[in-house]
Amino acid sequence: MNDVSHKNFTSAGSVTATGNRGLQIEEPLLFEIGSTNFTGVDVEEPEAFESRLGDVERTDMMGLPGLSEPETMRHFVRLSQKNYAIDTGIFPLGSCTMKHNPRLNEKMARLPGIGDIHPLQPQKTVQGAIELMMQLSDWLTSLTGMPAVAMSPKAGAHGELCGMIAIRAAIEAKGEADTRRVVLVPDSAHGTNPATAALLGFSVRSIEAEKDGTVRASAVRESLGPDVAAMMLTNPNTCGLFEPDIAEISAALHEAGAYLYCDGANFNAIAGKVRPGDLGIDAMHINLHKTFSTPHGGGGPGAGPVVFSKSLAPFAPLPLMARDGDGKLELIEEKASSGEARPFGRLTAFHGQMGMFVRALAYMLSFGEDGVRQASEDAVLNANYLRKLLKDTMSQPFGDRVCMHEVLFDEAFLKGTDISTLDFAKAMIDEGFHPMTMYFPLVVHGAMLVEPTESESKRSLDQFAYALKALANAAKRGDKDRFKSAPRFAPLRRLDETRAARQPILSYTPPAQQAAE
Amino acid sequence: MADMKYTSDHEYARVENDIATVGISEHAQEKLGDIVFVELPEVGKTLSKGQEAAVVESVKAASEVYAPASGEVVEVNDAIVANPELVNESPEDAAWFLKIKLSNPKDLDGLMSADKYKDYLENID
Repeated sequence: MNDVSHKNFTSAGSVTATGNRGLQIEEPLLFEIGSTNFTGVDVEEPEAFESRLGDVERTDMMGLPGLSEPETMRHFVRLSQKNYAIDTGIFPLGSCTMKHNPRLNEKMARLPGIGDIHPLQPQKTVQGAIELMMQLSDWLTSLTGMPAVAMSPKAGAHGELCGMIAIRAAIEAKGEADTRRVVLVPDSAHGTNPATAALLGFSVRSIEAEKDGTVRASAVRESLGPDVAAMMLTNPNTCGLFEPDIAEISAALHEAGAYLYCDGANFNAIAGKVRPGDLGIDAMHINLHKTFSTPHGGGGPGAGPVVFSKSLAPFAPLPLMARDGDGKLELIEEKASSGEARPFGRLTAFHGQMGMFVRALAYMLSFGEDGVRQASEDAVLNANYLRKLLKDTMSQPFGDRVCMHEVLFDEAFLKGTDISTLDFAKAMIDEGFHPMTMYFPLVVHGAMLVEPTESESKRSLDQFAYALKALANAAKRGDKDRFKSAPRFAPLRRLDETRAARQPILSYTPPAQQAAE
Repeated sequence: MADMKYTSDHEYARVENDIATVGISEHAQEKLGDIVFVELPEVGKTLSKGQEAAVVESVKAASEVYAPASGEVVEVNDAIVANPELVNESPEDAAWFLKIKLSNPKDLDGLMSADKYKDYLENID
């Protein structure tokens, strides 16, 4: 039974005795439902044994709450009902590519020959799994026009680290490790780009974008010198715009002896349309969990394989994949067996996120090359459809121009209303929509970055635009309370993010103890 | 406020003799929103003009505070580390960040006066 005495979990302004609203149940923590005096499991007393733990043996209780199976089941199902997911509705988080996760992918990942294997099995017993990785590698190198790929990075930032370590290794091999200490990063970049460079000991030189939101080759040339190791560029960039100077930028970097790392987070706009290798990119991560539909955002691990140009390919990390004359596949785990290659080491204990490889390949094979291309086209079309529907109601920082897979609005249309981007986003929750990405990219005031992906139908986009228009008009009419008090209909009202950041409470204290304190 | 000078990155420097008191402007705190974290340099550190001097983090973003002039850090304001909200409440007075003993007072020549900074803000919005 629900304990309704926990005020923390009761909606402010609740009109019911329980705090529940209809079938939306207020749910306390597991520790508040269960008692440490009970157990839901009948565990047999262990047979007599001699403990070798000596005085480090635990003698007191662990403090785990005891719950029955139905109590546990209800707890997690209720929590899941509070969740908002791509399976519930449009998830327009810009830069995140929250696309539908096809169920076929899940079916493939659960095939016994795939789902039940172990990374420590002898390689001769998992030839099919290695073959699958080879096929996925072929897709990634074909789509990017780049000769080599490291499959092991676990997600985007890990991929950045992988690519930048390879760049550092290439620079060391040329004997320039002491002189090339700077990485160029545009000011619209994902925060992980400068963080990656700094983690590897580089210093970051920021490049300002032009008034149209893109980076000029001339600005890159001005910042180039013998001290520059690389530039990290996102294309399409975080404003949802294609960087038109990218080929010129890569040529300038190469001429100066530097490399171009591309943040591939936004590959969903160009997959099947543009080959990054043709743009002169030396390394790029590909988020399988974004572009290739594997679940993410609390739903599954990421996977961020990194593709390399010819000049960086020799430095790709272990394990390497090879096929011998008899067609037998092998994961090469040791530097000594790497032949001509000079792998910089390894990033993970094993070979990467096998479950995500299966899902990504299932997506590719079910779509085909033309399908992948159409997905990119539809993603761009959907973003531009929203742009057209909303251009007269909301404001765009760089004028009304064709965007890629995401459309960027700013807070200018809220000027004089005393309503902020944050208030606007919270009011979207009341309308039944997950808010878009807010306050990113940082170069735009009160940014609202909307990425619908190709998954949304025209009907879904029309509904979304209708809600945003209604809210924008309400804001302009001066219906301030609707925004300042939002969300009014969510399980919890507006959370105090500032206090949470200033005074974070990072460990659980039982309510009784809280009261005593 | 004749001795207040501002950078285009929204730091200010209040100069008395050879000491510059450095912080972020009213406009900067307003744009950043609720400040939740401040990191200050060690006293005794030598900064050159334009170098990262401090870090300020709000609910929206993290940004660097750059030294508006070169010199040695002679004092830092620990009160804003303990109470970052001070930066929102009194950015140009109680919530100064650090004091720099200027090694080259000419560094400040290129900075904007309060009036010029006001014009600058009108133009960037």
